[in-house]
Amino acid sequence: MSHLKNLTLKVWRQSGPTDKGHFENYTIDEISDEASFLEMLDVLNERLIGENKEAVVFDHDCREGICGTCSLMINGVAHGPQKATTTCQLHMRTFKSGDTIVIEPWRATAFPIIKDLMVDRSAFDRIIEAGGFITAATGGAPDANLIPIPKPVADAAMDSAACIGCGACVAACPNGAANLFTAAKISHLNFLPQGQAERFKRTEAMVETMDEHFGSCTNHGECSAACPKEISIDVIALMNKDYRASKFKNRKELSR
Amino acid sequence: MNTFNSKIPAGALHEKWDNYKASAKLVNPNNKRKFKIIVVGTGLAGASAAATLAELGYQVDAFTFHDSPRRAHSIAAQGGINAAKNYQGDGDSINRLFQDTIKGGDFRSREANVHRLAQVSVDIIDQMVAQGVPFAREYGGLLDNRSFGGAQVSRTFYARGQTGQQLLIGAYQQMARQVGLGGVRLFNRTELIDTVTIDGRCAGIVVRDLLTGEIQSHSAHAVVLATGGYGNVFFLSTNAMNSNVTAAWRAHRRGALFANPCYTQIHPTCIPQADETQSKLTLMSESLRNDGRVWVPKRADDNRPAHQIPEDERDYYLERLYPSYGNLAPRDISSRAAKRLVDKGQGIGPLKNGVNLDFSAAIERLGREVVEERYGNLFQMYERIAGEDPYKTPMRIYPATHYTMGGLWVDYELMTTIPGLYAAGEANFSDHGANRLGASALMQGLADGYFVLPYTISNQLASLLGKTIPGTDHPAFKEAENEAKARYNGYLNVKGKRSPDWFHRELGKIIWDECGMERTREGLQKALSDLPALYEEFKTDLRVTGTGDSTNQTLEKAGRVDDFFQLGMAMCQDALTREESCGAHFRSEYQTEDGEAQRNDDDFCHVAAWEWTGDAMNPKRHVEELVFETAHLATRSYK
Repeated sequence: MSHLKNLTLKVWRQSGPTDKGHFENYTIDEISDEASFLEMLDVLNERLIGENKEAVVFDHDCREGICGTCSLMINGVAHGPQKATTTCQLHMRTFKSGDTIVIEPWRATAFPIIKDLMVDRSAFDRIIEAGGFITAATGGAPDANLIPIPKPVADAAMDSAACIGCGACVAACPNGAANLFTAAKISHLNFLPQGQAERFKRTEAMVETMDEHFGSCTNHGECSAACPKEISIDVIALMNKDYRASKFKNRKELSR
Repeated sequence: MNTFNSKIPAGALHEKWDNYKASAKLVNPNNKRKFKIIVVGTGLAGASAAATLAELGYQVDAFTFHDSPRRAHSIAAQGGINAAKNYQGDGDSINRLFQDTIKGGDFRSREANVHRLAQVSVDIIDQMVAQGVPFAREYGGLLDNRSFGGAQVSRTFYARGQTGQQLLIGAYQQMARQVGLGGVRLFNRTELIDTVTIDGRCAGIVVRDLLTGEIQSHSAHAVVLATGGYGNVFFLSTNAMNSNVTAAWRAHRRGALFANPCYTQIHPTCIPQADETQSKLTLMSESLRNDGRVWVPKRADDNRPAHQIPEDERDYYLERLYPSYGNLAPRDISSRAAKRLVDKGQGIGPLKNGVNLDFSAAIERLGREVVEERYGNLFQMYERIAGEDPYKTPMRIYPATHYTMGGLWVDYELMTTIPGLYAAGEANFSDHGANRLGASALMQGLADGYFVLPYTISNQLASLLGKTIPGTDHPAFKEAENEAKARYNGYLNVKGKRSPDWFHRELGKIIWDECGMERTREGLQKALSDLPALYEEFKTDLRVTGTGDSTNQTLEKAGRVDDFFQLGMAMCQDALTREESCGAHFRSEYQTEDGEAQRNDDDFCHVAAWEWTGDAMNPKRHVEELVFETAHLATRSYK
């Protein structure tokens, strides 16, 4: 265990949704390299409270990289410099003494800032509510082994289902698009035999709800590069294919 | 004190649940929409209950303090979910799962509840597969299983090392569908801060909007608390940072009995503390013990790296002490074994505060690819946190607080001692006795929400048809709102010198030292004199900066730490008065010659249910005797 010294933090402070916001500079004299990034912010907050100042507001919860609550643009990169790592799993050993670290909230029109580094990501919930589910009311399910699912199919569904809904993809996208998030959810369900009955209805509803809130995808690929769970950009192609098909299939269904 | 009757149905054990369902009252589909049910918490128990109740036709209001229901801490469960499917044909059955759970809980749980849990476990897997949970599969397409501590069969279903995440997302999506359809009204970033009882019945809740600080009341015909456990009382635990006891504790203060608070589980495989800034500990799934071997150097203060220590100088202590279960001995037993060796100086790592969990034999036997397939994400997580590659050097692990078996006392219908107020999942005390087996928390959360509450709530609501319930303009609601406002303004106005986190850390130290893995009479008495003193300091020297009318995480924390103080006192009193060792509750005075827990069935074969008296240091202890009709009260042996 060693320590980093003399870090300069430029932290975004914004007192509420309508405040203009500004960067505030703080220095961290010394911090253990075993500390996580958020523990470094804890130390800062303890100090601020000691100085009778308001602590920096930021979202966080599980601190083990699975709940998707934490966010933060760190030096302009969603979740910071380490690949496939959420902010809470980022450790100070990634940085060195004397570094200046810029800390900002997610910046996207669909994620309005609530306060300081905290944003409102509930537009993601609206996409799921529109169709990100399989309709199977409690009680009526057949035996779990009735429908065999080939292992590669289950694995592919799981790869997509690993999405933690953190919003890094949106924050990293120059257009503020949510295509990677939406496509991950659509492909998780559309891969599975259980998801087939609602496949096209789901795709159409989710894509159109996404479009109401978020920007459009222009295939930059920043989303996939920023994704802490390394969701492949391929899922966007699968979504687009199913969306196109849905426009025909759903129409046919309606005219039946 | 309200009713204190466990309401266990008549009949043979395996017929009780069927008998209950056959005689339970139902609510006609057209009448269901006349009833409002509040569900607090959107983890496995809360989300599954909210979704199912809304599907049935009830009006459901769901509350979470998270930004989205999908963040609930169920998401962090890694290893798996048990179910008595016997898909492996290895001798599993409902009765076997029941027996394992009763024995795992060291004969301190209620037989009828545990048997029901084993019965409905099979339906959970069916339901979750139908929801699209991508459980691990064999090449033929059928479901795969692994084994877990305390069982000799493979009955654990899993989705890589992210089973909790996948199950929660399944339940969340089912609930999200109901939100879209209007069956569930969702209140996010809203925290419960009180429950309201009118004429002996739970009439609703008081909540605080975490964005505006606004305090509001909601009334309902029934309220479900699915608000998780209280492991964060220890400050350092594997719980998420925001997990807290407030909902359960506030209900307790309003008359709900709190059962067995001293039953707190220490999980044997967590990453040891690395430095003084540590804010939480991270669990490494118990499933790792399927293929990892636990060992320490035989010699104390052996500073050689693991690979330089020859086989004959290693102590594979779980395999040595518990040959029939080996590395899969239950959590409480494995944890204590690790603590004793570390206390003797045989710990490893820079702070000598861990034991090895070694995968080299598994990698040799199965190949790196298979190990990666099974545990890849866990290995990655370990590397992120510890900065070491577990494919090359053994993981360093040490026990940490993980789960709390204690919780709100509930009867067979999962109703607390306040009529109309229910508790589900980790928030209740019902199924795990003094120790929970691995992969059983997910099972219990979903069992409660999907398959128990929908029946038991209907049974109660049927008798309320046509009756009006008090609205939020009732004076009792106003009184509770005013109390809540005063409480939060109070924290802001102490204007002392210490932050809520500082008090939380100090509180955690006392609880961990005196009411952690090993407890003694002297230690608990010391804690009970230190805690009130520190609590007094909290009340006079707390500093909360910022204001109460916008997001203020320091203020939120103050409220939670306040309740943890009171709970901590209850834990120590419970541990002090339970003069035996059982499961996770280990009193040094009560142990066998070879250091195992010694139960005292003559005096303590009961649930201790505590009543709030207005003074945290003087709660009243009630007793629910445990009657075992089928399980044979034996000394637990995993040798």
